[in-house]
Amino acid sequence: MMKHLTLVTGLVAATSAVAETPVLNVYTYDSFVSDWGPGPAVEEAFEKVCGCDLQFTGAGDGAALLARLKLEGARTEADVVLGLDTSLIGAARESGLFAPASVSADYTLPVAWSDDMFVPFDWGYFAFVGNKGGKSPSSIAELAASDAKIIIQDPRSSTPGLGLLMWVKAAYGDDAPQIWADLSDNIVTVTKGWSEAYGLFLEGEADLVLSYTTSPAYHLIAEEDDSKQALPFTEGHYMQIEVAGKAAATDQPELADQFLQFVVSDAFQQVIPTTNWMYPAVTPAAGLPEGFDTLIQPEKSLLIASDQADALRDVALGEWLAALSK
Amino acid sequence: MRQVAPGLLVATLIAAIVLGALSAVLWRAGGGSGLGPADIAALKFTLVQSVLSSVISCVLAIPVARALARRAFVGRGLLITLLGAPFILPVIVAVLGLTAVFGRAGVISAALGWFGLPPVQIYGLHGVVLAHVFFNLPLATRILLQGWLSIPSERFRLAASLGMGAGPVARVLEYPMLRSFLPGALVIVFALCLSSFAVALTLGGGPRATTVELAIYEAFLFDFDLGRAAVLASVQMGLVVLAAIAALRWSGAEGFGAGMDRTIRRRDAETPLLKAQDFLVLLGVTLFLVLPLLMILLRGLPGLMDLPGTVWASLQTSAIVVFFSIIIGVGASFVLAMAAVRLGWLEGVALLGIATSPMVIGTGLFLMIHPFDAPSRYTLHVTVAANVLMALPFSLRVMLPKMREIYNNYNRLAMSLGLSHGAWIRLVLWPRMRRVTGFAAGLTGALSMGDLGVIALFASPDQATLPLQVLRLMGAYRMEDAAGAALLLMCASLAIFWLFDRGGRVDADT
Repeated sequence: MMKHLTLVTGLVAATSAVAETPVLNVYTYDSFVSDWGPGPAVEEAFEKVCGCDLQFTGAGDGAALLARLKLEGARTEADVVLGLDTSLIGAARESGLFAPASVSADYTLPVAWSDDMFVPFDWGYFAFVGNKGGKSPSSIAELAASDAKIIIQDPRSSTPGLGLLMWVKAAYGDDAPQIWADLSDNIVTVTKGWSEAYGLFLEGEADLVLSYTTSPAYHLIAEEDDSKQALPFTEGHYMQIEVAGKAAATDQPELADQFLQFVVSDAFQQVIPTTNWMYPAVTPAAGLPEGFDTLIQPEKSLLIASDQADALRDVALGEWLAALSK
Repeated sequence: MRQVAPGLLVATLIAAIVLGALSAVLWRAGGGSGLGPADIAALKFTLVQSVLSSVISCVLAIPVARALARRAFVGRGLLITLLGAPFILPVIVAVLGLTAVFGRAGVISAALGWFGLPPVQIYGLHGVVLAHVFFNLPLATRILLQGWLSIPSERFRLAASLGMGAGPVARVLEYPMLRSFLPGALVIVFALCLSSFAVALTLGGGPRATTVELAIYEAFLFDFDLGRAAVLASVQMGLVVLAAIAALRWSGAEGFGAGMDRTIRRRDAETPLLKAQDFLVLLGVTLFLVLPLLMILLRGLPGLMDLPGTVWASLQTSAIVVFFSIIIGVGASFVLAMAAVRLGWLEGVALLGIATSPMVIGTGLFLMIHPFDAPSRYTLHVTVAANVLMALPFSLRVMLPKMREIYNNYNRLAMSLGLSHGAWIRLVLWPRMRRVTGFAAGLTGALSMGDLGVIALFASPDQATLPLQVLRLMGAYRMEDAAGAALLLMCASLAIFWLFDRGGRVDADT
């Protein structure tokens, strides 16, 4: 009975088994490889220049990606891992599963970037998103004091959720527990992931949702709907930088290096804004798509260095749990 | 021996997969690690919400199943099919459907707003329980309905000719039946609620509503503490096993004796008061279940018109998965039920599939495949295996009481006639098992259609199932397409359910 199934699943494997071309295995998060993510366009563009077969493997989100790599250890099939973010870099470096990469580019990140292992491919600011004309506090503190209803994500299962945790910590340090206590009556609910939160917000369950400053660009560009806005906060906005790295165990080191260099090239970067709805790490020659110019530009960028992020994360999570479990 | 051997083999396989996966995780972790106070708090919350959810679901299911069993009305078949719907929806879709009705911006809050009343507060423990009742009341109802249908019509006729009213009928016929069906329903719903994660978190309103499954997720992804994840999963499994043992002890499973397997008018229930009661019960449950489904329908229609082509491709992938899940799942369930007639504890083994964290099973299977080959090549195999594991307790629960009744009623006769094993299955077992087998197949198919399973852990880009595609659409901001795809998913699941359930019921009601 299982033979037919083997046939079906085998088709994918067969295409690589028959071909003589080298295979580059790239592990990434699931939404990257989906039909609406950057994956398909990136694959096509890279295969044009590499003479290779680029194969994506999707694994949940960034955290699941790193867990997957740790599970596989040194025997991983991954050549490149794409989609870890600044909060995971510390743990990724410690795992010893990554090799140094020498990629240089003129990054257009709001912060200076120098890392011998990880190559940034896009970035964004976390922000609260709401409807124009709706509640619009101008800072986290003002939001906490207001009666605006918000939906956030759980930091234990979601990247934006963790981002907000670090945002409050970076902006308020030891006063973070008080901010969370003040925020607790604003929080309608805490969801597992971004999709649930954003879906509930669009249903009208809350005034604001934790997302990205780039979220209104999706509505504007893909739906021609300019009713959504991200709120600029005076404390500054916490950043997320997504990176790619070469697996130490790769059997295609040259091809992996070539891919990492490709990641910061125009062909890759121009796909990012309207598929991943993030800012490209290197602004492509053609510039950003129309509509991105309408997005808010935070005056201050917040980011906790990756070597401190891990320790701070556990402290901040404890404070968050204590404040919201009351 | 021929009655139990295939079933024992299936049970061994289940135990090997589940315990193997759990051990693989433990082995990889180099042993278990202790639980912190946060884990204990999660355990407490999980227990409280699971007990509340399962008791409320099953208690409410009693009047609903009774009303369905003793009333004939236009649309009864449709209502029974719709009862399958909440159970098979992807969690996230169902939650959005529920909030569209019960949420702060939902239908009820809007209605309250006209009278100047504040919106409903759905987020909290009661929201979690509400959602679980939404999911599981239909399931419990279907299980109990099978119970009512298992009482031979001759018994009701006899009761009517003796002039028994609804009260005595309940005491003499219905309570004994409930004693054998209710514990099983309770355990299954309890096990389901125990591993709930997204529902509890989204509607729970915050980290107070942390369940064990979230603690496992956190241990695995946030801390990469596989030992803690495995220990938590073992605790979760232990709870279900304890519940199953308690239920087995409690349930008194005696048959009603043989009948002609026909349904009949229930003369005892024809008083105006009981008619009104059943009408109100059915109206209430229909509104409760159908309103959220209606919201999903309304939201999905605009997107359904121009769904991206890949959504249809994923429907095809899902269809393949469903096909194999049904064949393997129902076959396994049938032989397991035959064996469980003699060895009651086998039902506990079948429960292992839903008693263990999907996250840990998925990770364990991954670890078991990885030394030999790339796990992503086995995405669909693993998905089918996970679906079968997950659906088995349900199909077994549906089949077992009927199987037990047939053995109780006909086995001695068959033996005295010297009926061969093959003839026994063909002439006695199959014709009588057909209705429940159809229901079990529909349930397995619909569940396999709707469940995300472990595919998210393994997925390669080309093998998305429909539920995964719904999630991907949502993750890409495409909420309208996602709503359309979710509607497609709901329709496909219902169609499968209806097809098999009907197939099983053909000429069973004459």
